[in-house]
Amino acid sequence: MGVEVTTSRLGDAAAWAKRVKEESRGLKGIPNWGRKFSLFSYPFVTACCGMEFMSVAAPKYDIARFGAEFPRFSPRQSDLLMVVGTIVEKQGPALRRVWEQMAEPKFVIAFGVCASTGGFYQNYSAMPGCDQVIPVDVYIPGCPPRPEQVLDALILLQERIQDGIGHSQLRLKREQLAHAEADE
Amino acid sequence: MSKKVLDALVAKFGDAIEKVEQVHGDEVAWIKRDKLTAVATALRDDAALAFDAPVFVTCIDRLDWKPVGVPPSEAWTEDKPRFEVCYQLRSTKHKHRIRLKIALPENDARLASLTPIWVGFDWQERETFDMYGIRFEGHPDLRRIYMYEEFVGYPLRKDYPKDKRQPLVRRPDLV
Repeated sequence: MGVEVTTSRLGDAAAWAKRVKEESRGLKGIPNWGRKFSLFSYPFVTACCGMEFMSVAAPKYDIARFGAEFPRFSPRQSDLLMVVGTIVEKQGPALRRVWEQMAEPKFVIAFGVCASTGGFYQNYSAMPGCDQVIPVDVYIPGCPPRPEQVLDALILLQERIQDGIGHSQLRLKREQLAHAEADE
Repeated sequence: MSKKVLDALVAKFGDAIEKVEQVHGDEVAWIKRDKLTAVATALRDDAALAFDAPVFVTCIDRLDWKPVGVPPSEAWTEDKPRFEVCYQLRSTKHKHRIRLKIALPENDARLASLTPIWVGFDWQERETFDMYGIRFEGHPDLRRIYMYEEFVGYPLRKDYPKDKRQPLVRRPDLV
Protein backbone atom coordinates (compact mmCIF):
# COMPACT_ATOMS: atom_id res chain seq x y z
CA MET A 1 0.00 0.00 0.00
CA GLY A 2 2.62 2.53 1.14
CA VAL A 3 4.92 1.37 -1.58
CA GLU A 4 2.62 2.43 -4.40
CA VAL A 5 2.03 5.83 -2.80
CA THR A 6 5.76 6.39 -2.50
CA THR A 7 6.57 5.34 -6.04
CA SER A 8 3.86 7.51 -7.51
CA ARG A 9 5.26 10.51 -5.68
CA LEU A 10 8.73 9.74 -6.95
CA GLY A 11 7.68 9.57 -10.57
CA ASP A 12 8.91 7.00 -13.03
CA ALA A 13 11.27 4.18 -12.23
CA ALA A 14 14.21 5.60 -14.18
CA ALA A 15 14.14 8.81 -12.18
CA TRP A 16 13.86 6.79 -8.97
CA ALA A 17 16.90 4.67 -9.87
CA LYS A 18 18.86 7.77 -10.79
CA ARG A 19 18.04 9.36 -7.49
CA VAL A 20 19.05 6.25 -5.55
CA LYS A 21 22.34 6.10 -7.41
CA GLU A 22 23.08 9.75 -6.68
CA GLU A 23 22.35 9.19 -3.03
CA SER A 24 24.87 6.32 -3.02
CA ARG A 25 27.78 8.47 -4.22
CA GLY A 26 30.44 10.16 -2.14
CA LEU A 27 30.52 9.75 1.61
CA LYS A 28 26.98 8.36 1.66
CA GLY A 29 28.21 5.46 -0.44
CA ILE A 30 30.74 4.24 2.11
CA PRO A 31 28.44 1.61 3.70
CA ASN A 32 27.71 0.17 0.25
CA TRP A 33 31.42 0.25 -0.59
CA GLY A 34 32.07 -1.81 2.52
CA ARG A 35 29.24 -4.21 1.70
CA LYS A 36 30.35 -4.96 -1.80
CA PHE A 37 33.82 -6.08 -0.70
CA SER A 38 32.72 -8.22 2.23
CA LEU A 39 29.95 -10.44 0.92
CA PHE A 40 29.31 -13.49 3.07
CA SER A 41 27.83 -16.10 0.81
CA TYR A 42 25.40 -18.87 1.60
CA PRO A 43 25.78 -21.56 -1.07
CA PHE A 44 22.39 -23.21 -1.66
CA VAL A 45 23.88 -26.01 -3.71
CA THR A 46 21.50 -28.60 -5.12
CA ALA A 47 23.07 -29.99 -8.28
CA CYS A 48 26.07 -30.35 -10.56
CA CYS A 49 26.71 -26.57 -10.72
CA GLY A 50 28.14 -27.07 -7.24
CA MET A 51 31.31 -28.44 -8.89
CA GLU A 52 31.75 -25.18 -10.73
CA PHE A 53 31.06 -23.27 -7.54
CA MET A 54 33.85 -25.20 -5.84
CA SER A 55 36.12 -24.34 -8.73
CA VAL A 56 35.36 -20.63 -8.32
CA ALA A 57 35.96 -20.85 -4.61
CA ALA A 58 39.19 -22.82 -4.97
CA PRO A 59 42.59 -21.11 -5.42
CA LYS A 60 42.74 -21.28 -9.22
CA TYR A 61 39.89 -18.80 -9.76
CA ASP A 62 39.87 -17.61 -6.17
CA ILE A 63 36.70 -15.69 -5.40
CA ALA A 64 38.59 -14.38 -2.36
CA ARG A 65 40.14 -11.74 -4.60
CA PHE A 66 36.73 -10.04 -4.56
CA GLY A 67 36.16 -10.31 -0.85
CA ALA A 68 33.45 -12.96 -1.15
CA GLU A 69 35.38 -16.04 -0.20
CA PHE A 70 33.75 -16.87 3.09
CA PRO A 71 30.81 -19.30 2.83
CA ARG A 72 28.64 -19.24 5.92
CA PHE A 73 26.46 -22.25 6.44
CA SER A 74 23.90 -20.34 8.43
CA PRO A 75 21.66 -17.95 6.50
CA ARG A 76 21.58 -15.65 9.51
CA GLN A 77 25.29 -14.87 9.09
CA SER A 78 25.22 -14.31 5.35
CA ASP A 79 24.07 -11.64 2.94
CA LEU A 80 24.67 -13.28 -0.44
CA LEU A 81 22.52 -16.25 -1.39
CA MET A 82 23.95 -18.28 -4.24
CA VAL A 83 21.29 -20.58 -5.65
CA VAL A 84 23.45 -23.20 -7.34
CA GLY A 85 21.53 -25.83 -9.26
CA THR A 86 18.01 -26.99 -10.04
CA ILE A 87 15.25 -25.99 -7.64
CA VAL A 88 12.19 -28.21 -7.51
CA GLU A 89 8.76 -27.11 -6.37
CA LYS A 90 9.13 -29.21 -3.23
CA GLN A 91 12.18 -27.15 -2.20
CA GLY A 92 10.39 -23.83 -2.71
CA PRO A 93 9.31 -23.31 0.91
CA ALA A 94 12.80 -24.20 2.19
CA LEU A 95 14.49 -21.79 -0.21
CA ARG A 96 12.06 -19.02 0.67
CA ARG A 97 12.67 -19.62 4.38
CA VAL A 98 16.45 -19.52 3.98
CA TRP A 99 16.14 -16.23 2.10
CA GLU A 100 13.82 -14.77 4.74
CA GLN A 101 16.30 -15.61 7.50
CA MET A 102 19.24 -13.83 5.87
CA ALA A 103 20.64 -10.55 7.15
CA GLU A 104 19.50 -7.33 5.42
CA PRO A 105 20.44 -6.04 2.94
CA LYS A 106 20.68 -9.36 1.13
CA PHE A 107 21.54 -10.30 -2.43
CA VAL A 108 20.77 -13.30 -4.59
CA ILE A 109 22.71 -14.78 -7.48
CA ALA A 110 21.05 -17.45 -9.62
CA PHE A 111 23.98 -19.66 -10.55
CA GLY A 112 23.50 -21.56 -13.80
CA VAL A 113 20.60 -21.90 -16.18
CA CYS A 114 18.54 -24.22 -13.94
CA ALA A 115 18.45 -21.75 -11.09
CA SER A 116 17.74 -18.93 -13.55
CA THR A 117 14.97 -20.43 -15.68
CA GLY A 118 14.63 -24.11 -14.91
CA GLY A 119 16.96 -24.93 -17.78
CA PHE A 120 16.10 -27.99 -19.79
CA TYR A 121 13.88 -29.32 -17.02
CA GLN A 122 10.33 -28.68 -18.13
CA ASN A 123 8.25 -31.05 -16.09
CA TYR A 124 5.93 -31.48 -13.13
CA SER A 125 8.63 -31.15 -10.48
CA ALA A 126 11.18 -28.53 -11.56
CA MET A 127 10.61 -24.89 -10.68
CA PRO A 128 10.97 -22.59 -13.72
CA GLY A 129 13.68 -20.48 -12.11
CA CYS A 130 14.24 -19.66 -8.46
CA ASP A 131 12.93 -16.12 -9.10
CA GLN A 132 9.46 -17.63 -8.78
CA VAL A 133 10.09 -17.67 -5.04
CA ILE A 134 12.77 -15.08 -4.24
CA PRO A 135 13.94 -11.90 -6.02
CA VAL A 136 17.18 -12.45 -7.93
CA ASP A 137 19.81 -9.72 -8.48
CA VAL A 138 22.12 -11.36 -10.99
CA TYR A 139 21.51 -14.32 -13.29
CA ILE A 140 24.41 -16.42 -14.58
CA PRO A 141 23.64 -18.45 -17.70
CA GLY A 142 25.54 -21.60 -18.57
CA CYS A 143 25.22 -25.30 -17.94
CA PRO A 144 27.31 -25.06 -15.88
CA PRO A 145 28.75 -21.52 -16.16
CA ARG A 146 32.47 -20.99 -16.54
CA PRO A 147 34.17 -19.63 -13.42
CA GLU A 148 34.93 -16.43 -15.32
CA GLN A 149 31.22 -15.88 -15.77
CA VAL A 150 30.70 -16.24 -12.04
CA LEU A 151 33.41 -13.68 -11.31
CA ASP A 152 31.82 -11.38 -13.90
CA ALA A 153 28.47 -11.79 -12.15
CA LEU A 154 30.07 -10.99 -8.84
CA ILE A 155 31.53 -7.77 -10.25
CA LEU A 156 28.11 -6.87 -11.68
CA LEU A 157 26.59 -7.48 -8.28
CA GLN A 158 29.24 -5.29 -6.64
CA GLU A 159 28.36 -2.46 -9.00
CA ARG A 160 24.71 -2.95 -8.18
CA ILE A 161 25.42 -2.87 -4.46
CA GLN A 162 27.55 0.28 -4.80
CA ASP A 163 24.72 1.97 -6.68
CA GLY A 164 22.27 0.88 -4.02
CA ILE A 165 19.91 -0.73 -6.53
CA GLY A 166 19.88 -4.30 -5.25
CA HIS A 167 16.35 -5.66 -4.73
CA SER A 168 16.77 -5.71 -1.00
CA GLN A 169 18.34 -2.23 -0.85
CA LEU A 170 15.48 -0.74 -2.88
CA ARG A 171 12.89 -2.47 -0.74
CA LEU A 172 14.49 -1.17 2.45
CA LYS A 173 14.57 2.31 0.98
CA ARG A 174 10.90 2.13 -0.04
CA GLU A 175 9.98 0.94 3.44
CA GLN A 176 11.93 3.80 5.03
CA LEU A 177 10.19 6.34 2.80
CA ALA A 178 6.81 4.79 3.50
CA HIS A 179 7.45 5.00 7.25
CA ALA A 180 8.62 8.60 6.97
CA GLU A 181 5.49 9.41 5.01
CA ALA A 182 3.31 7.74 7.60
CA ASP A 183 5.00 9.75 10.35
CA GLU A 184 4.29 13.06 8.65
CA MET B 1 18.17 -70.29 -19.20
CA SER B 2 15.18 -69.43 -17.07
CA LYS B 3 12.80 -71.25 -19.38
CA LYS B 4 12.56 -73.99 -16.76
CA VAL B 5 11.25 -71.41 -14.29
CA LEU B 6 8.44 -70.55 -16.66
CA ASP B 7 7.74 -74.24 -17.25
CA ALA B 8 7.64 -74.92 -13.51
CA LEU B 9 5.37 -71.91 -13.02
CA VAL B 10 2.97 -72.99 -15.75
CA ALA B 11 2.91 -76.54 -14.42
CA LYS B 12 2.10 -75.35 -10.93
CA PHE B 13 -0.14 -72.35 -11.60
CA GLY B 14 -1.53 -72.95 -15.06
CA ASP B 15 -4.82 -71.27 -14.22
CA ALA B 16 -3.15 -68.17 -12.70
CA ILE B 17 -1.11 -67.35 -15.77
CA GLU B 18 -2.60 -65.57 -18.74
CA LYS B 19 0.38 -66.07 -21.00
CA VAL B 20 4.14 -66.40 -20.96
CA GLU B 21 6.58 -64.79 -23.36
CA GLN B 22 10.25 -64.14 -23.88
CA VAL B 23 11.28 -60.54 -24.50
CA HIS B 24 14.90 -59.90 -25.49
CA GLY B 25 15.96 -63.01 -23.61
CA ASP B 26 13.96 -62.24 -20.46
CA GLU B 27 11.15 -64.52 -19.35
CA VAL B 28 7.87 -62.76 -18.69
CA ALA B 29 4.80 -64.28 -17.06
CA TRP B 30 1.47 -62.43 -17.18
CA ILE B 31 -0.28 -63.16 -13.89
CA LYS B 32 -3.97 -62.79 -13.14
CA ARG B 33 -4.45 -60.07 -10.59
CA ASP B 34 -6.17 -62.09 -7.86
CA LYS B 35 -3.59 -64.90 -8.01
CA LEU B 36 -0.53 -62.69 -7.63
CA THR B 37 0.05 -63.27 -3.91
CA ALA B 38 -0.15 -67.06 -4.25
CA VAL B 39 2.23 -67.11 -7.21
CA ALA B 40 4.71 -64.76 -5.50
CA THR B 41 4.69 -66.77 -2.29
CA ALA B 42 5.47 -69.95 -4.24
CA LEU B 43 8.24 -68.21 -6.18
CA ARG B 44 9.89 -67.26 -2.92
CA ASP B 45 9.34 -70.47 -0.94
CA ASP B 46 9.81 -73.20 -3.54
CA ALA B 47 13.36 -74.54 -3.10
CA ALA B 48 13.75 -75.09 -6.83
CA LEU B 49 12.75 -71.50 -7.61
CA ALA B 50 13.96 -69.59 -4.51
CA PHE B 51 13.48 -66.01 -5.72
CA ASP B 52 15.05 -64.14 -2.84
CA ALA B 53 15.97 -60.81 -4.47
CA PRO B 54 13.35 -58.21 -5.42
CA VAL B 55 14.93 -56.23 -8.25
CA PHE B 56 12.34 -53.60 -9.14
CA VAL B 57 8.69 -52.82 -9.53
CA THR B 58 7.38 -50.26 -11.94
CA CYS B 59 4.40 -49.51 -14.12
CA ILE B 60 3.79 -48.88 -17.81
CA ASP B 61 1.02 -46.59 -18.97
CA ARG B 62 -0.27 -47.85 -22.32
CA LEU B 63 -2.57 -44.88 -22.92
CA ASP B 64 -1.09 -43.82 -26.25
CA TRP B 65 0.79 -46.96 -27.14
CA LYS B 66 1.06 -47.44 -30.89
CA PRO B 67 3.24 -50.52 -31.36
CA VAL B 68 5.11 -51.05 -34.60
CA GLY B 69 4.00 -54.10 -36.51
CA VAL B 70 0.94 -54.83 -34.37
CA PRO B 71 -2.46 -54.32 -35.98
CA PRO B 72 -4.56 -51.67 -34.22
CA SER B 73 -7.14 -54.24 -33.22
CA GLU B 74 -4.56 -56.01 -31.09
CA ALA B 75 -3.04 -52.92 -29.52
CA TRP B 76 -4.18 -51.55 -26.17
CA THR B 77 -7.45 -49.70 -26.52
CA GLU B 78 -9.99 -48.24 -24.18
CA ASP B 79 -11.60 -51.52 -23.28
CA LYS B 80 -8.26 -53.20 -22.74
CA PRO B 81 -6.26 -52.63 -19.55
CA ARG B 82 -4.33 -49.40 -19.50
CA PHE B 83 -1.64 -50.15 -16.91
CA GLU B 84 0.95 -52.90 -16.71
CA VAL B 85 2.56 -53.37 -13.33
CA CYS B 86 5.87 -55.07 -13.71
CA TYR B 87 7.82 -56.97 -11.05
CA GLN B 88 11.36 -58.18 -11.71
CA LEU B 89 12.68 -60.95 -9.48
CA ARG B 90 16.01 -62.69 -9.17
CA SER B 91 17.32 -65.73 -7.38
CA THR B 92 20.81 -65.30 -5.99
CA LYS B 93 20.89 -69.06 -5.29
CA HIS B 94 20.00 -70.38 -8.74
CA LYS B 95 21.06 -67.27 -10.70
CA HIS B 96 17.83 -67.06 -12.66
CA ARG B 97 15.37 -64.27 -13.24
CA ILE B 98 11.71 -63.79 -14.02
CA ARG B 99 9.44 -60.85 -14.69
CA LEU B 100 5.85 -60.81 -13.54
CA LYS B 101 3.35 -58.55 -15.30
CA ILE B 102 -0.13 -57.71 -14.17
CA ALA B 103 -2.58 -55.85 -16.39
CA LEU B 104 -4.80 -53.33 -14.60
CA PRO B 105 -7.79 -51.42 -15.96
CA GLU B 106 -7.87 -47.66 -15.69
CA ASN B 107 -10.92 -47.35 -13.46
CA ASP B 108 -9.77 -50.04 -11.00
CA ALA B 109 -6.00 -49.72 -10.73
CA ARG B 110 -5.31 -51.78 -7.64
CA LEU B 111 -3.58 -55.04 -6.83
CA ALA B 112 -2.17 -56.93 -3.87
CA SER B 113 1.09 -55.55 -2.52
CA LEU B 114 4.13 -57.81 -2.58
CA THR B 115 5.84 -55.91 0.25
CA PRO B 116 4.73 -58.52 2.83
CA ILE B 117 6.57 -61.13 0.74
CA TRP B 118 9.68 -59.14 -0.27
CA VAL B 119 10.19 -56.17 2.03
CA GLY B 120 12.50 -54.60 -0.55
CA PHE B 121 9.49 -53.63 -2.66
CA ASP B 122 8.30 -51.21 0.03
CA TRP B 123 9.67 -47.91 -1.33
CA GLN B 124 9.35 -48.96 -4.97
CA GLU B 125 5.66 -49.69 -4.59
CA ARG B 126 5.31 -46.29 -2.94
CA GLU B 127 7.08 -44.75 -5.92
CA THR B 128 4.78 -46.56 -8.34
CA PHE B 129 1.81 -45.31 -6.35
CA ASP B 130 3.22 -41.79 -6.31
CA MET B 131 3.88 -41.62 -10.04
CA TYR B 132 1.05 -43.76 -11.50
CA GLY B 133 -1.59 -43.97 -8.78
CA ILE B 134 -1.59 -47.75 -8.55
CA ARG B 135 -3.09 -48.84 -5.22
CA PHE B 136 -1.10 -51.64 -3.59
CA GLU B 137 -3.52 -53.28 -1.20
CA GLY B 138 -1.89 -54.57 1.97
CA HIS B 139 1.08 -52.21 1.72
CA PRO B 140 2.03 -51.13 5.25
CA ASP B 141 2.59 -47.43 4.46
CA LEU B 142 1.25 -46.39 1.07
CA ARG B 143 2.09 -42.67 0.92
CA ARG B 144 3.70 -40.46 -1.69
CA ILE B 145 7.47 -40.84 -1.58
CA TYR B 146 8.82 -38.16 -3.97
CA MET B 147 6.08 -35.59 -4.43
CA TYR B 148 4.66 -33.44 -1.65
CA GLU B 149 1.38 -34.30 -0.01
CA GLU B 150 -0.36 -31.31 -1.61
CA PHE B 151 0.36 -32.63 -5.09
CA VAL B 152 -2.77 -33.59 -7.03
CA GLY B 153 -2.66 -36.29 -9.68
CA TYR B 154 -0.02 -38.74 -10.84
CA PRO B 155 2.75 -37.09 -12.88
CA LEU B 156 4.03 -40.03 -14.92
CA ARG B 157 0.62 -40.93 -16.28
CA LYS B 158 0.50 -40.13 -19.96
CA ASP B 159 -2.48 -37.83 -19.54
CA TYR B 160 -0.75 -35.60 -16.96
CA PRO B 161 -0.10 -32.30 -18.79
CA LYS B 162 3.59 -31.80 -19.49
CA ASP B 163 3.63 -28.12 -18.56
CA LYS B 164 1.39 -28.30 -15.51
CA ARG B 165 2.96 -26.89 -12.33
CA GLN B 166 1.71 -27.23 -8.80
CA PRO B 167 3.71 -24.67 -6.84
CA LEU B 168 3.87 -24.72 -3.07
CA VAL B 169 4.98 -21.08 -2.79
CA ARG B 170 5.29 -18.11 -5.10
CA ARG B 171 6.58 -14.60 -4.52
CA PRO B 172 3.78 -12.40 -3.21
CA ASP B 173 5.13 -9.48 -5.28
CA LEU B 174 4.77 -11.46 -8.51
CA VAL B 175 1.17 -12.56 -8.11
